[in-house]
Amino acid sequence: MNLKTLTTATVAASMALGAGIASADLTFPSLSYRTGPYAPNGIPFADGYADYFTLINERDGGIGGEMINLVECETGYNTEKGVECYESTKGQGSLVYQPLSTGITYQLIPKATADGIPVHSMGYGRTSAANGKVFSNIFNYPGNYWDAASIIVKHILDQEGGDLSGKSLALVYHNSAYGKEPIRTLEELAKKHGYSLTLLAVDHPGQEQKSQWLQIRRERPDYVMMWGWGVMNQVAIQEAVNIRYPMDHFIGVWWSASENDVIPAGEGANGYKAINFHGVGDGFPIYDDIRKYVVDAGKAAGDGSNLGTVLYNRGMYAAMLAVEAARTAQEIHGVSAINPAQMRDGMEALKIDQARMAELGLPDFGPDINVTCANHGGPGEGAIQQWDAASQSWSLITDFVGSDREVIDPLIAEDSAAFAAENNITPRDC
Amino acid sequence: MSPVVLNTIEVILNGLMTGVMYSLVALGFVLIFKASGIFNYAQGVLALFAALTLVGFQTGQVPFAHVINATFGTDYHHWGEGMNTVLAILLTMAVMVLLAWLVERLVLRHLVNQEPIILFMATIGLAFFLEGLGDLMWGANIKVLDVGLPSGGSFWWEDVTRTWAAEGTEYWGMYIDVLDVWAAGIAVVLVVVLTLFSQYTETGRALRAVADDHQAALTVGISLRTIWVVVWSIAGFVALVAGIMWGAKSGVQFSLSLIALKALPVLILGGFTSIPGAIVGGLIIGVGEKLFEFAIGPMIGGATENWFAYVLALFFLMFRPQGLFGERIIERV
Repeated sequence: MNLKTLTTATVAASMALGAGIASADLTFPSLSYRTGPYAPNGIPFADGYADYFTLINERDGGIGGEMINLVECETGYNTEKGVECYESTKGQGSLVYQPLSTGITYQLIPKATADGIPVHSMGYGRTSAANGKVFSNIFNYPGNYWDAASIIVKHILDQEGGDLSGKSLALVYHNSAYGKEPIRTLEELAKKHGYSLTLLAVDHPGQEQKSQWLQIRRERPDYVMMWGWGVMNQVAIQEAVNIRYPMDHFIGVWWSASENDVIPAGEGANGYKAINFHGVGDGFPIYDDIRKYVVDAGKAAGDGSNLGTVLYNRGMYAAMLAVEAARTAQEIHGVSAINPAQMRDGMEALKIDQARMAELGLPDFGPDINVTCANHGGPGEGAIQQWDAASQSWSLITDFVGSDREVIDPLIAEDSAAFAAENNITPRDC
Repeated sequence: MSPVVLNTIEVILNGLMTGVMYSLVALGFVLIFKASGIFNYAQGVLALFAALTLVGFQTGQVPFAHVINATFGTDYHHWGEGMNTVLAILLTMAVMVLLAWLVERLVLRHLVNQEPIILFMATIGLAFFLEGLGDLMWGANIKVLDVGLPSGGSFWWEDVTRTWAAEGTEYWGMYIDVLDVWAAGIAVVLVVVLTLFSQYTETGRALRAVADDHQAALTVGISLRTIWVVVWSIAGFVALVAGIMWGAKSGVQFSLSLIALKALPVLILGGFTSIPGAIVGGLIIGVGEKLFEFAIGPMIGGATENWFAYVLALFFLMFRPQGLFGERIIERV
C-alpha cells in the first residue's frame, strides 16, 4: 500500500466515521457510581436510568426514530473523576448530564455552560440554579433542597396543628456543601414560624454519630430532620432507634429516603419519614413494559432486583424527563437528531401534565412539570413517604404539595444574583 | 448530682466505648506492623471483606453470583437458607486464613528485604484488589448483619442513673449502647487471648521473637514465611471481630473500609507496636474527641471529632514521638 492509497483509505474511513457520528444515536451520558462506599445508592439509580432508555429503544425504536446511545462513566461519587467523565464524554454529542453529585454539579456549572451543554441536577446541586435567567444551562426540576426543607416544615406544621412557636427542630446534616444547603432556608422559616433550630453536623462518612445523638437525647427536639447520604443515613436511623427517638418525628430529605437507609435498622425504623418528589413502589403500568422489554429480554442494567425501589424509580424518572425533553426539542426544532443546544431548548420548554404521565405508564407518579426560561426548578413540590418495616415498603402519606414560595423565591433571587455578580453574568430577559 | 455532671460522665462513658471500637480496628494494624514492620493499609478492607464473607455464609449467598449468571446465563443467587452463625464465623475464619496464605504466597514472599515503603505500597494494591474481589463475590448492596448481639440503649442503666440526679431536675438517665458494652467485653477477651497466645504458645513465642529481631529469629530456625501467614491470619481474625461490631451498627457496606481512618490517630497515639497501646490509645482518642465535641463543638459549628482525634494524637507526639507505648527507636551512628 503506497502513501496515496493509505491517505485515501484514511480519508474515506474518517468520512465514514464522521458520517456515522453525524447520523448517530442520541447520546445520553450516565455519570454513575457502581463502585465505592456509595455504590449501594448509585447502582439502583444507574439501573433505573439505563433501563428506561433501553425500554424506549426496544419498545419505541428510540426517540422520534433516533436510537438512544447510553454512555456510562464510573465516577465513584468522586468529584475529580466526575469532571474527567464529563471531559471524556462531552465530545460524543452528549445531550444532557445528570451528574448525580452536588460536588460534580458545582464543577460542571461553569464548564457545561461554556460548552453549551445542559445539566440536569434533579433534586440536588446548586439550589439557586432554579433561576433560569442566571443559570441558562442548569436545570434542577422538579424540586430543590430549599423546596424540600420548606415542605418538611409544612408537614411538621400540619402535624402540630399549624403552630410551631416554641417548638424545637434539629437538623442532622452531612458536613458538606450538600448538607449545609437547607440551613439558610430553615433559619428563615424559623423566623417566620417561631421554632428553634439546632444544627448538628456529621463529618464524612458518618460512621460515628454518637455525640450528635447523645445531644439529641439530652435536648429532646420535637422533630429531627436529616440531610444525609450513604452510611450516614443508616447510622443516624440506627442511633435514633437506639435512643428510642419517635421515628414518625424523624424526617429525611429525599437522599435519606431509600430502602438501603432503613432496612439495616430493622423493625426499629418503622414509621421513619422522608420527603420524595416522585412515586414509590412498582405499582405503575410502566413496570409491565420494563419487565417485558428489558428485564425478561435480558437487557436490564442490573439483575432486576432493584425494580420499584426508591432510587431505581428516581433514575427511571430522570431518564423519562430527559426523553420527554428530547421529544420537546425535536418538536421545537423540527429535527430528530438534536444537538445539546437544542436539547437545552427542549428542557426549557418541558411540560408534562397528568394526562401525559398516564400515557407514559406513570399515572400520579409525580407533579405536573412546567419549566420556563425563568424557572428551571419546576414545580418545587414534594410528598412525604413513610416506612413500614413489616412490609418493607414505603408509602406516600401526603399529596404532592408546594413549598413556601414567599420564603424560597427571595432566597433564590439573592443567591443567584450573587452568583451572577461574581461571574459577570447578565441575567437573561425572560 | 447535677445533670451537667451526669451528662459529662455519660459522654466519657460513651467515649470509652467508642474508643474500644477504634481499638478493635487498630489492633489488626499493630499485630502486622509488630511482626513484619508492614503498615497494612488494607486492614480496613480486611474488616469489610471478613464481614461481607460472614454475611454471605449466613444468608446462603452464592459467591460470584453476578459473574456466574452473566457468563453462563444462569440465575443463581442463593444456595439455600444459609447457615448458623457460629459455623459461618468459623468458615469465614477459614477464608481469612486462606487469604493470609495467599497474601504471603503471592505478595509478601516476592517482596522480602524490600524497603518498608514498597511493602506499604503493596498493601495499598491489596486493599484495592480485596475491595474489588469483595464486590465481585458478594455484591455492593448493603447487607444486614445479625450475629445475635443485643443493641440499643440499656433500660436498666437508664433507670439506675436516673436516681442519681438531684431531686426536681429533669434527667432522663444515662445512655449506653448495649452493643458497645458487648464490644468492650469482646475486646478485653481478645486482648487476653492474644496475650496468652503470645506468652504461652510456641507459635506465640516465635511471633515475639520475629517481632524483636527478624535476623535472630531466622538464625534459630523460625520460618519467617510461616510467621507471616500466622500474623495475617490473626489480623484477619481481629478484622472479622471489628467487621462484626461495626457492621452490626450500620449494616455491612463498602464504607466499612473507611473505619481504618479512625484507627490512624489511635496508632499514632498508642504506638504502632503495642497491643496495650492500641487499647489505651483508642480509649484516649474516644474520650478526648467526645468530650471536645460535647464541650467545645457547639461553639465552633460541631463535627470536630474527625480532626480533633488527629490533633490530640499530634499533641501526644510532641512529647512521645514513638507513641505512648511504642518502642523508642535508637539509631547509633
